[in-house]
Amino acid sequence: MEAEAEPGNLAGVRHIVLVLSGKGGVGKSTVTTELALALHREGKKVGILDVDLCGPSVPRMLRAQGCAVHQCDSGWVPVFVDQGQSLAIMSVGFLLEKPDEAVVWRGPKKNALIKQFVSDVAWGELDFLVVDTPPGTSDEHLSAVEALRPYQPLGAILVTTPQAVSVGDVRRELTFCRKTGLRVIGVVENMSGFVCPHCTECTNLFSTGGGEELARHAGVPFLGSVPLDPQLARSLEGGQDFVQELSGSPALPALTAIARKVLDWAQARGPD
Amino acid sequence: MEEVPQDCPGTGSAQAGRGASCHGCPNQRLCASGAGAAPDPAIEEIKEKMKTVKHKILVLSGKGGVGKSTFSAHLAHGLAEDENTQVALLDIDICGPSIPKIMGLEGEQVHQSGSGWSPVYVEDNLGVMSVGFLLSSPDDAVIWRGPKKNGMIKQFLRDVDWGDIDYLIVDTPPGTSDEHLSVVQYLSAAHIDGTVIITTPQEVSLQDVRKEISFCHKVKLPIIGVVENMSGFVCPKCKKESQIFPPTTGGAEAMCQDLKIPLLGKVPLDPQIGKSCDTGQSFFSEAPDSPATLAYRSIIQRIQEFCLHPPREEKLINS
Repeated sequence: MEAEAEPGNLAGVRHIVLVLSGKGGVGKSTVTTELALALHREGKKVGILDVDLCGPSVPRMLRAQGCAVHQCDSGWVPVFVDQGQSLAIMSVGFLLEKPDEAVVWRGPKKNALIKQFVSDVAWGELDFLVVDTPPGTSDEHLSAVEALRPYQPLGAILVTTPQAVSVGDVRRELTFCRKTGLRVIGVVENMSGFVCPHCTECTNLFSTGGGEELARHAGVPFLGSVPLDPQLARSLEGGQDFVQELSGSPALPALTAIARKVLDWAQARGPD
Repeated sequence: MEEVPQDCPGTGSAQAGRGASCHGCPNQRLCASGAGAAPDPAIEEIKEKMKTVKHKILVLSGKGGVGKSTFSAHLAHGLAEDENTQVALLDIDICGPSIPKIMGLEGEQVHQSGSGWSPVYVEDNLGVMSVGFLLSSPDDAVIWRGPKKNGMIKQFLRDVDWGDIDYLIVDTPPGTSDEHLSVVQYLSAAHIDGTVIITTPQEVSLQDVRKEISFCHKVKLPIIGVVENMSGFVCPKCKKESQIFPPTTGGAEAMCQDLKIPLLGKVPLDPQIGKSCDTGQSFFSEAPDSPATLAYRSIIQRIQEFCLHPPREEKLINS
């Protein structure tokens, strides 16, 4: 087969999962990163594609800032963050000369880059490709879904925080999935409560239960709630492997359970 | 309905009308002639329309979910407490409009009058406009690409009957893309007083905010200052403070010093703020004594001062 012809560089990728949210700052990149790390811990080969072009956060979370992307015969080589080369990332963050530079692009230019990200990255063999998206339902999302459609993505994970303002935006995102024919794996509720480090009192900073109610309302699975853990925020800032280093965190069981559900979902579909 | 061809190079680019995807596009000749790159006539119309608007403030942030809409809403509430001040709040987050919910206006519809769309009024002196008022159900998604969003923003600026107002506050979506470029472009002739940039203390947010600041410099938009939101949380049980989003790199304070821009203030996280937003109430009347209310008030005062007495160098940029 010619290098240009389908299925191209994604031929070796078995399952594609998109992480979506109508609202910003609810933890899409965090959930993406954690899900990838959790799947990686289950012995899978995982890739992360960051299509948030105006605000790429994934490189920082995995301490891959400042890494450069190289070219090879079959396209761009993603950045590997582990020794065994089983966790790879691709992000616009690697293509910027200065980290503070703004990518001030309108839609058509963003679409072209996303298409390139889908077709020209030499991922090699991967069990999972997790796609992190910017907030909303616009250019990046349409382009990513369109470009990935031939590869039959496994589905989308919707991230929300518990408060009504965020849940409202995620309802719109569900409509987006329905309109574009993207299956919904389930809803993850992030920042579900904060355990005070001084007195261990749990406060619901952003009220509670919104994610679960939303899932029930929309008839999609609820994958779990991840509590707010300042330690987690700190380790993501430093880019440490939180899954390995903080096995005592209240967020870990929740994340592992979510990863297992994604694995089950993938298994139910069978290897293709 | 005409669709923009895929890979459209954009009317303003050097490739306009000449790109591979331009073949067969009905506008190819127009783009190739360069007429497409001429300034949009709407800019002049908007300038006329905006003559009755004294001050225009943009609320921006590179990162999502840091509290832009919450801040915009409370800035509007705060300014409108003086009943002689006319305030307008415009939500240009087309794909994720939160303002209707936060202002308690969900399910409201916009009315058409001879002089354009009428905003929805919360108080006599506080009008609101959002794409949320144009949707028929809260589940409706606005799945639009850039050009269509830009058209909507243009309509919001040109066709809404705001009347005589003192402050127009524009709430934006996260990022540095179509919506931001459009609003700056459409208001270029009408003069924007400045922009307030919202961030949370952690580096992941600050790194996006630095991009937003570089955007402001690129488009020559004066910066009123930065607000650090969700900075610290006081446990309601033991009253001790903890950092939920730890400022590992010194937070907004260090960044502002570094980039020589003013820090307008820090707003602590109060669970009551989120609840007020969910129920559409003003946090100021719900919790008048909260430290967050006091922080908001002092920030609003500084913004007012900036608008009334802009620093000289900012004037130069705009003259």
